Amino acid sequence: MNIPEPSPAAPTKIVVRDLNFYYGKFQALKSINLDIPERHVTAFIGPSGCGKSTLLRTFNRMFELYPEQRAEGSILLDGENLLTSKQDVALIRARIGMLFQKPTPFPMSIFDNIAFGVKLFENLSRIDLEERVEWALRKAALWDEVKDKLSQNGTSLSGGQQQRLCIARGIAIKPELLLLDEPCSALDPISTARIEELIAELKKDYTVIIVTHNMQQAARVSDHTAYMYLGELIEFGETEQMFLKPARRETEDYITGRFG
Amino acid sequence: MRPNLKISNALADRLFGFAARGAALLTLALLSGIIISLVMGAWPAIREFGIGFLTHNAWDPVREDFGGLAMICGTLATSFIALLIAVPVSFGIALFLTELAPAWLKRPLGTAIELLAAVPSIVYGMWGLMVFGPVLGRYVQQPLQSLLGDVPFLGALVSGPPVGIGILSASIILSIMIIPFIASVMRDVFEVTPPLLKESAYGLGATTWEVVWHVVLPYTKTGVLGGIMLGLGRALGETMAVTFVIGNMNQLNSISLFDPANTITSTLANEFAEAAPGLHQASLIYLGLVLFLITFMVLICSRLLLMRLKKNEGKRV
Amino acid sequence: MKGDRKTTRNARFARRKQFNRIAIALSMCAMLFGMFWLAWILWETISIGVSSLSLSLLTENTPPPDDAIGAGGLSNAIKGSFLMVALATFVGTPIGILTGVYLAEYDPRGKLSGTVRFINDLLLSAPSIIIGLFVYAVIVVRFKEFSGWAGAAALALIVVPIVIRTTENMLALVPAGLREAAYALGAPKWKVITRVTLVAARAGVLTGILLAVARISGETAPLLFTALNNQFWNASLSGPLANLPVTILQFAMSPYENWQQLAWGGVFLITFAVLGLNILARMLSREKLK
Repeated sequence: MNIPEPSPAAPTKIVVRDLNFYYGKFQALKSINLDIPERHVTAFIGPSGCGKSTLLRTFNRMFELYPEQRAEGSILLDGENLLTSKQDVALIRARIGMLFQKPTPFPMSIFDNIAFGVKLFENLSRIDLEERVEWALRKAALWDEVKDKLSQNGTSLSGGQQQRLCIARGIAIKPELLLLDEPCSALDPISTARIEELIAELKKDYTVIIVTHNMQQAARVSDHTAYMYLGELIEFGETEQMFLKPARRETEDYITGRFG
Repeated sequence: MRPNLKISNALADRLFGFAARGAALLTLALLSGIIISLVMGAWPAIREFGIGFLTHNAWDPVREDFGGLAMICGTLATSFIALLIAVPVSFGIALFLTELAPAWLKRPLGTAIELLAAVPSIVYGMWGLMVFGPVLGRYVQQPLQSLLGDVPFLGALVSGPPVGIGILSASIILSIMIIPFIASVMRDVFEVTPPLLKESAYGLGATTWEVVWHVVLPYTKTGVLGGIMLGLGRALGETMAVTFVIGNMNQLNSISLFDPANTITSTLANEFAEAAPGLHQASLIYLGLVLFLITFMVLICSRLLLMRLKKNEGKRV
Repeated sequence: MKGDRKTTRNARFARRKQFNRIAIALSMCAMLFGMFWLAWILWETISIGVSSLSLSLLTENTPPPDDAIGAGGLSNAIKGSFLMVALATFVGTPIGILTGVYLAEYDPRGKLSGTVRFINDLLLSAPSIIIGLFVYAVIVVRFKEFSGWAGAAALALIVVPIVIRTTENMLALVPAGLREAAYALGAPKWKVITRVTLVAARAGVLTGILLAVARISGETAPLLFTALNNQFWNASLSGPLANLPVTILQFAMSPYENWQQLAWGGVFLITFAVLGLNILARMLSREKLK
């Protein structure tokens, strides 16, 4: 397999080497090698079932919730192998925020939705906690819309607002990495545009990885793109490069819509 | 030939429809029948004692002075204590079955817990009287008494004959009987919690306990409450298991958990077949009516909760 | 600064993890607690019950008190219980199925259906001793005698709501396409129901019936003032009828050793009959899911 060169412009945040993934007997990822640059947006694209979400879910070991799923190989986050780490998985996840296909507000108030994660790891005074919640909501561009109704239930917000609430919840615990799993697939175009703006804003502070089935979205928001097919990484490179002059025939077919 | 067939089909259709509707109406009539016959049976007692029956503590067939306070309190107390034991245990079982048990164990363990609900109540009663009661008296009640006997409040709680018959053993056996009901409802509602919701909580670095306590439980709280109501309804109406071990004594003068008492159901089971027609029997039926109304209210509560659950479901994405 | 946060984070996490461990341990204890009672009850039932098992248990009638241990059996009680359970099932099942059909096929959203559903829930949750009281007031008082008929009626009243609930639920699971395909062929409604939808739902409905039979086989409370009990075997249903649950109650509460011994034999029989029916019903419903 071709081991893609790390982007010279930025230091590498995540190094994936020889990653194999199994759902029971079915192999969903085949020997993935990938270097993800820090404070950039990396997009995973490919037809459904290609393994892009599976790959994303190995980064915070979410698959461990399901006993029949397992991963082999190594994923180095700042040089530390996440898959074999002695550290508890909860502490690893505290360094990695994740956003899902659908908004997942917890059944509690808007304030508590964000405070929940913070309180897990930090012992803040009430004032510091309020400050942190406001900071996260501002970062997620939601503060102005919800500042007067922080005690309302998180489910009372609109879909786009809920998704931004989830982003605020994710960054409130100050992670290093944000994993976005098709974050706009349940949203209307206007909400989608706001989330995309937000992603561009977030990459100043965080390393962002986004899985999307929408190629235009990948082109708009990402700096690097990985194209996957049937569990293999076909091509990885700078987004512009890849969309204009893909190195591999399969990538070109997919991007130009001849396939997938 | 063909038109004939049509006519007979139309006739059959109508007959079948009538039969189905008739059966539905019959069910309706049954309930009205139950309520009417209970009210009619209880009427002499209702006329004689009125609503004061509920707060009057007396049961004297000779002087024909009846009041159901002791039995009503006995029913409520045993059911309440049973819930105190059963709810946390059921929560633990549901947590274990949904989040912790390996896949190959989930099914057999779930079935085993449900079988606990299938054991006939007379078996619980006999086992409680012959096996569990003596063990409880000897290895739990006696040590507790010698340990706490002189402590002011707790001492009164554990006074009385430590023979394994009374409020405590009835409550424990009731709790064993309702655990399967509450646990399987909790397991079912925990299982329909959207995986994404749980994953996002795990994704923040929450532990299993934190995910279940802060996210799954609030999300499913109406369903959980409905399950608890179901268990409560069972406990209130359970007859045989309680009759065996409650001790059958109308008393209200001690708060001891070891003392014998009476519930509505145990009183009915013990006295009804031998009660003389008249005020004694009417008072017993009055007690039955009260029990029916209590379970009715419990059902209404659980219904209202379920309705709220359904309404909320529409709102969630 | 950053290191600082990391240490508080780790210290806090150590505590949280400890708490989580305790919670998990308690959850396992709860599971063991539940299994413990099941095991204990089954163990006592088997160990004491088996010793009182003998052929005479099935062939001889209940003995007088204080007879020799091992003499007599439960034959009359078993026959009486069997008779009443069979009668209740034969009467209760058709009413339950028809009502379930009405709820699912004729008027799923109507007012009458809503009321019937609610009342059915009420009947399902009503204490079974209340059912006994009702039958006493309606049948026993009228005929001035405890009777097997009254006992069977009380049991039938417990069968009906269970069968209604499962029939309706199972019919609702039949795909609408199947129904529409049958109507498209021009089949009349009663034929669609009896030949297509009920057939498609038969495993589920049968499961419900089996569960209902299991339930009434162990019911004692509704028989106390309806069938009462009978020391002898009497094939007539119009008088007090011997039955297993009430016999167990009477014998277990008695001071006579031979009766207590027989009561354990009865408990053994009833427990395994009821658990067997339950397991059978479960296997049947699993078959349906495949």
